Amino acid sequence: MRDLLSRSFGWGYLIIIYGFIFLPVAVLVLFSFQDGRLPVPPFNGFSLQWYEAVFADRKLMAALGNSFLVATGSSTVACLLGFLAAYALARYKLPGSALQRGLLIAPMTVSYLIIALGLLAVLNAVKVPLSLWTVGIGHVVINLPLCFAIIYASMGDHHINIERAARDLGANDLKVMALVTAPMLMPSILAAFFLSVTFSWDEFIIAFLLSRFDVTLPVEIWSMLRSGLNPKTNAIGSLVFLGSVAVLLVLELTLFGRNRKT
Amino acid sequence: MTTITLEDKERRRAWGFVAPALLWTLAFFVVPFLYMAALSLWSRQGRDIVHVWNFDNYLRFFSENALLRGLTNSLEITLTVTILSVLLAYPLAWIIAERVPKRLQRMALILAILPFWTSYVVRSYSWLLVLSKGGVINQALMGIGLITEPLEIASNRTATVIGFVHFFVMLLTLTIYSNLVQLSPNYRRAAADLGANAFQTFWHVILPLTLPGIMTGAFLTFVLCIGDYITPQILGGNNELVLPQIIMLQIGRRADFPMAAALSIILMLAVTAAYVLCARWLRIERA
Repeated sequence: MRDLLSRSFGWGYLIIIYGFIFLPVAVLVLFSFQDGRLPVPPFNGFSLQWYEAVFADRKLMAALGNSFLVATGSSTVACLLGFLAAYALARYKLPGSALQRGLLIAPMTVSYLIIALGLLAVLNAVKVPLSLWTVGIGHVVINLPLCFAIIYASMGDHHINIERAARDLGANDLKVMALVTAPMLMPSILAAFFLSVTFSWDEFIIAFLLSRFDVTLPVEIWSMLRSGLNPKTNAIGSLVFLGSVAVLLVLELTLFGRNRKT
Repeated sequence: MTTITLEDKERRRAWGFVAPALLWTLAFFVVPFLYMAALSLWSRQGRDIVHVWNFDNYLRFFSENALLRGLTNSLEITLTVTILSVLLAYPLAWIIAERVPKRLQRMALILAILPFWTSYVVRSYSWLLVLSKGGVINQALMGIGLITEPLEIASNRTATVIGFVHFFVMLLTLTIYSNLVQLSPNYRRAAADLGANAFQTFWHVILPLTLPGIMTGAFLTFVLCIGDYITPQILGGNNELVLPQIIMLQIGRRADFPMAAALSIILMLAVTAAYVLCARWLRIERA
């Protein structure tokens, strides 16, 4: 009896908390199909007009492209720098390596707002104009610690012997790194890359403060919000959500799924 | 002698590998940060910054009620959010780890954190759809006749807290779950052998063992919550400003970079204080 009680309490809790977690997303998606001007009840009927409006919105599409550029570009740089640093710190005895690791991880502990402000102040002081490039620089700052930490953690000692064998067979450092170490670490490098893409894709405050005319998607959505509640915002929000879920599913089925089996 | 030169060459090469990442972090993180620290000790006159060292910005912070209120608002909201999120996330993580069949656990966990992948700005906005005057909750309550006037649940602190808790329950469920499944079942068996009932086992064995996971998640919640601008700006209305909102006002409306820098340093100090308090359980630096 007691077991039954605690069991049903458990399932009840599960239902309520999943309801809480999914409520805003469900409302968002539902009212993106609203046939009317307001994304709130009552539901007037099903319509795809707001999705059409999204795809017809040139500023929104430009922002989408910008987001893609910044996310892939900054993630590539962050992964490359993170990988090189992780390789050096895992394979060589360098003086002050603990300090170097600490320095590389440090931006993780500082809020994005402060990183953005600091960069903005310096860019102002040296009179560098704001652009997508400055946003990208900021995104590398926040994603480099992540990429470094993930790749560094997967630089297991068991890889050393394989690298040594490659070296004995005449490969130089760069060759070992590119042809032996990187392929062996590919799952964690890809994980770092995609995680960093999602962070950059969704990042607002750095993109907001360090961009001028070319903005990324979150900043464009932000400026749409100023015009009040609007089913078009729901439509673009739903699209972003479904896109991310699709990427997540693909990752789960390919990268992480395979990783789990080995 | 040859070995030494070889080592030298190798070491130089290793420095070459680590240098780009270090230089990037120095140039775009350390230098800006130090510049901000310096900026916070200068002041603004019109559009120019006067390079005279003083503590005026900090003194102004502690003497101006509106600014100080920003810090206390931030701390109150952040602590409320952190505690509520832990209290809500722990049972969820527990149920997923203990009650849900093994093969479904991964699915249950992914479902529990799925809305994480909505755009951050959109996530706050979507709570507006739920909580606003014409929103889903008010319409539903009026529909069943429980209330006649819409409740004021958007554009205030409650809305901010709800928006935050929603986000951090997902985050904390993840950290606490990963901590729970790492526990060896032997602990529980041993506790049962020694005569502990389910509650005693939980209170004296499981909870202390999962404390590091809770504290890591709680610290993460604290850091992300106290530094966030979006959620309070969209959901909070403009009555009770939090520190990040005040910082953004300083640069957006008044172009007062020194004051914004001083406020940022204060924000950093709050996070550092939280870190020191949690340091016992946190092992971030040993990653």
